[in-house]
Amino acid sequence: MKPFEYLEHTADVKFRAYGRTPEEMLSNAAVALFGTMTDLSKVQTKETWKAELNAPDLEQLAYDWLSEIVFLFETESAVFSTFDVKLTRNEDWKLEAQIGGERTDPSRHTFDNEVKAVTLHEFEVKKNDKNDVWCLQAVLDV
Amino acid sequence: MTLNKIDENIYEVPQVYRPDMRVPGRIFVSETLLPMIEPGTIDQVANVATLSGIVKYSMAMPDAHLGYGFPIGGVAAFREDGGIISPGGVGFDINCGVRLLRSNLSYETVQPLISTLIDSLFNAVPSGVGATGRLHVTDQQLTEAFLEGAKWAVDQGYGVKDDLVRCEEFGSMKGADPSQVSIKARKRGRPQLGTLGSGNHFLEIQRVDEIFDEHVAKRFGLSKGQITVMIHCGSRGAGHQICTDHLEVLSRAVHKYCIDIPDKQLACAPIGTPEADHYFGAMVCAANYAWANRHIIAHWTREVFERYFSGAKLDLIYDVAHNVAKIEKHDVDGVIEKLYVHRKGATRSFGPSRSEVPEIYREVGQPVLIPGSMGTPSYVLCGTDKALGLTFGSACHGAGRVMSRSQALKTFTGQDIRAELSRIGIKVKATHPSMLAEEAPQVYKPSDEVVNVVHNLRIATKVARLIPLGVSKG
Repeated sequence: MKPFEYLEHTADVKFRAYGRTPEEMLSNAAVALFGTMTDLSKVQTKETWKAELNAPDLEQLAYDWLSEIVFLFETESAVFSTFDVKLTRNEDWKLEAQIGGERTDPSRHTFDNEVKAVTLHEFEVKKNDKNDVWCLQAVLDV
Repeated sequence: MTLNKIDENIYEVPQVYRPDMRVPGRIFVSETLLPMIEPGTIDQVANVATLSGIVKYSMAMPDAHLGYGFPIGGVAAFREDGGIISPGGVGFDINCGVRLLRSNLSYETVQPLISTLIDSLFNAVPSGVGATGRLHVTDQQLTEAFLEGAKWAVDQGYGVKDDLVRCEEFGSMKGADPSQVSIKARKRGRPQLGTLGSGNHFLEIQRVDEIFDEHVAKRFGLSKGQITVMIHCGSRGAGHQICTDHLEVLSRAVHKYCIDIPDKQLACAPIGTPEADHYFGAMVCAANYAWANRHIIAHWTREVFERYFSGAKLDLIYDVAHNVAKIEKHDVDGVIEKLYVHRKGATRSFGPSRSEVPEIYREVGQPVLIPGSMGTPSYVLCGTDKALGLTFGSACHGAGRVMSRSQALKTFTGQDIRAELSRIGIKVKATHPSMLAEEAPQVYKPSDEVVNVVHNLRIATKVARLIPLGVSKG
């Protein structure tokens, strides 16, 4: 199972991220989002950021998660490479994540794209009943 | 399914394209450009046609390409009664737009210093991914920028009051509601005031290469061989976050108001509901932020030119938005209606009959600014009254992409593009050279073909062509 793949889109970036669990899917989706901006192999995990989100359903949570990564990237002036996601489900879904990365260093971190936002266009989270693999599809505005 | 040719440069997406279309689609495109319109773009035109309260047609301009929700180059107007407002018809980069300054300098004077100028502009105007501005803006000042836009910038000492009449909405749109701007949007926007951004945003020194309409050119203050400066950028993180925040609210609103939408990015609410009003109030904040942003960047541009050329003047010709929703009165089959006109990658193109056109241009119509990409010409056109009947007074906003970013990165390198542009005399300075490949001239439709469609339809008429001499990019 590949963690994610990029698909063709004329003006923006479209990807599908996969996981054996929803947590793995969300982690791989974050890597796909961040990986479209910069070379993650050049990002060291010097610091950890925490994210905590709630949403009524998994799809909304996934959208909020990816939007949160964009928000943190800009406001923390940081680049991220590892995303450790934990999900709990009561009445609604709760996400807690530890995000590993470092402050952006222009001498080492170069950018191929700037993700402005996660769009809702064709945004989808679903589980493939045949092979039990979770899939998140998103189009990013760059 | 084939499109029906209605007239030269006008093709119709029939209502049978999808059963829930309330109106047909209208794609304004030439026979040459038509094959470049992806099937997905036509789907998006049809999707917009399903929205409640849409008036006459769901439209696409000649530079249309695949977007999210609306196509890029999409225009749709909704009546107040029964209509909707949707962030999908505005975009994340609210009031991404273009400003054009004209100088009192000639090509011969400026050309020897192009490299130096571009280097100085690159240093004076922060650009690139995650760039923060030179300004220290307090929370209160940010609120004032949301409320007053370019007027706030002038009050802070950027630019002159006379600039404001030469700006769409006078750089300060009414209806801003800062209480609808989240803390997150403020946190993203506050450090970014006075920054260019990245991607297809740029600051470009140009030369007026050809005049197509002497009379209008004179009114706009343009002459052959003159040096101009074009600024293309938007509302930065503030706008992006405002759209994200309100998309979430409107995604819930579609369930609350039982609205069926074919694309989640078309999340919307009926005009007059709290959700719709809140989005509009926040959108206006972002629009004003973008006008303040372009105003500050223009001020720093002026400072750079004054440093190198004694007596240099850079006067504002006009500033246009190409991602915004406006409340406008239009004649719909003989009845004047209040419409919410969404222009997503489309520029307002008003002629002499409209009071929104500044008095200084009312004799001819508003300037319509169409940026090229690096290495390709930009155009100045003039709005027309004919556009009102055809497109609710709208024209294209650029050339429109034909190649995806991933394909561009496989085909070109930033180095090659920079060398190619240098060979034809264009100096490029970029924070992220790899992005030059994604913005290579070849990834866009030929801008002259796009502009000719607009001209031949008379929705805006050609005034001047500007060619790039130097570009500063994020």
